[in-house]
Amino acid sequence: MPSALKLDRAAVRIGGGLVWSDVDLEVEQGEFVAILGPNGAGKSTLLKALLGLVPLSHGSVLVFGHPVRRGNDDVGYLPQRRRFDPDLRIRATDLVRLGLDGGRWGVPLPSAAKRRRVAQMIELVGATGYQDRAIGELSGGEQQRVLIAQALVSGARMLMLDEPLESLDLSNQQAISELIRGICERQGVTVLLVAHDVNPILPFIDRVVYVAGGHVLSGQPRDVIRTETLTRLYGAPVEVLHTGDGRLVVVGQYEPVSHHAIDH
Amino acid sequence: MVGQGPSWDVVADIQLLLQFHFMQNAFLAGTLVALLAGATGYFVVLRGQSFVAHMLSQVGFPGAAAGVLLHVSPVLGLITFCVAAAVGIGWLGRDVEAGNRAESAAVGSILAFSLGLGLLFFRLYAGSAQGIYAFLFGSILGIADRDVLLTFAIAAAGLAVLVWMGRPLVFASVDPDVAAARGVPVRLVSIGFLVILALAVAITVQIVGTLLIFALLVAPGASALQLTARPGLGFVLSIVLALAFTWVGLALAYFSDFPVGFFVTSLAFGAYVVIRAPKTLPVRTRAVYA
Ligand SMILES: Nc1ncnc2c1ncn2[C@@H]1O[C@H](COP(=O)(O)OP(=O)(O)O)[C@@H](O)[C@H]1O
Ligand SMILES: [Mg+2]
Repeated sequence: MPSALKLDRAAVRIGGGLVWSDVDLEVEQGEFVAILGPNGAGKSTLLKALLGLVPLSHGSVLVFGHPVRRGNDDVGYLPQRRRFDPDLRIRATDLVRLGLDGGRWGVPLPSAAKRRRVAQMIELVGATGYQDRAIGELSGGEQQRVLIAQALVSGARMLMLDEPLESLDLSNQQAISELIRGICERQGVTVLLVAHDVNPILPFIDRVVYVAGGHVLSGQPRDVIRTETLTRLYGAPVEVLHTGDGRLVVVGQYEPVSHHAIDH
Repeated sequence: MVGQGPSWDVVADIQLLLQFHFMQNAFLAGTLVALLAGATGYFVVLRGQSFVAHMLSQVGFPGAAAGVLLHVSPVLGLITFCVAAAVGIGWLGRDVEAGNRAESAAVGSILAFSLGLGLLFFRLYAGSAQGIYAFLFGSILGIADRDVLLTFAIAAAGLAVLVWMGRPLVFASVDPDVAAARGVPVRLVSIGFLVILALAVAITVQIVGTLLIFALLVAPGASALQLTARPGLGFVLSIVLALAFTWVGLALAYFSDFPVGFFVTSLAFGAYVVIRAPKTLPVRTRAVYA
């Protein structure tokens, strides 16, 4: 079984500057991976490189043993964004359908099989109740569920989620994290999740990838989620607390601080 | 315009409408334009590109004037200038389309310059205000046979390409990042659409003129998107509305002696207001409509 992901001495250059370089990284199939790091460190760029949206300037990357290419049905993507325009008039179910055949040219013909597949994904993420409503009218949490269905509908074995919990309230953060964990465990889908706030996913993660200072490193959660490591990583005081029931909580001022952010 | 007024006999009315060659041409060209304008308009509104549609119609002004000056059809000049502008905007990227501040200032300057250029061309021609008037407000009742042919070719080709690229276009419009990851050539689709939009603008200007282009290119799509969030249905509805505005507008103009552009724009505007009004009212009052 090939690794879900294998980067070898990879580097990305945008506009003359190295975003990160010398990245060696391997992720096994079915792992739940959290990608952490300060703003502007290159987390989104990492996902884009894995999708073939940004070319590597050096090194190589394999996804399920194959070179990256756009339109790979094995991979589902949820980009970083705030919300859909409230006036966007397209139904949730149409958006999911686009994940299946939105890239196809030619006259769209009705297909019962595709409709079933879409309905199945919508049910999986629990969006059946609002599948016929316009996406712009839905709440942030509802939109994320629809987008996860869209990312999965092509039969993806890996989900790349760029800050999917941002701008959600606490209970929705919890619900969406649980949903993603369930998909990871029950369907064996590999999950790469970029998170700003690591707390909602802390109980689930198998591996932490952190992006900072032009490097990408990976480690076990118990090694990375530590006061000293995170403080160094974010360049700001961060504290990892152990709660009475044995859980970890990350607190502190790990707001966007990086040399990039300060430059601008 | 005519001696006889309309009756309640629809068949007789239609015979009356189509008894002159210029009215046959008007209906034929109007129908073709409405097909492409309605289809394109659905995407214009979905993509939030009304501003670009407006801009392209302005850029067409010197094009039409150049056509007159060079003794070729004004439509040819329109098409050349509009398509060139569309490709230019496409290369500049989405910033212009989104009405980005610095960019819209630049576009504004280009607009003013192109209007000035158009004025100059018309002046060089004969100083006649007739051509300018036709360009600004449309001249559907004076459409020549060869223009009908050209309009047919453009409408058929444009519609076919729009349907063919429908899914990637919707995808790239609502979710460009995911579309790109799924293999849609977003930039190319965007430029391709702008070219079709330019062609639609060029032939729509014949009917309603550059000042009234909203009526056929934006209003039907806006109304359709208010009525339904289903892409296929919205697309068809937008075409149906554009056809209805054109046909009814032409008939009213024929029997009343008021300009076609006035009726087409009034119908388009009226329909949009009626459809939109219930949604703008407070929630409590909305229940009455539902
Ligand atoms: N399209 C772009 N043009 C120029 N610079 C970019 C572009 N995209 C990203 N960058 C730069 O690359 C770096 C990494 O960005 P990004 O991957 O978005 O960071 P993160 O997701 O970790 O916040 C930043 O310094 C950003 O300024
Ligand atoms: Mg990012």
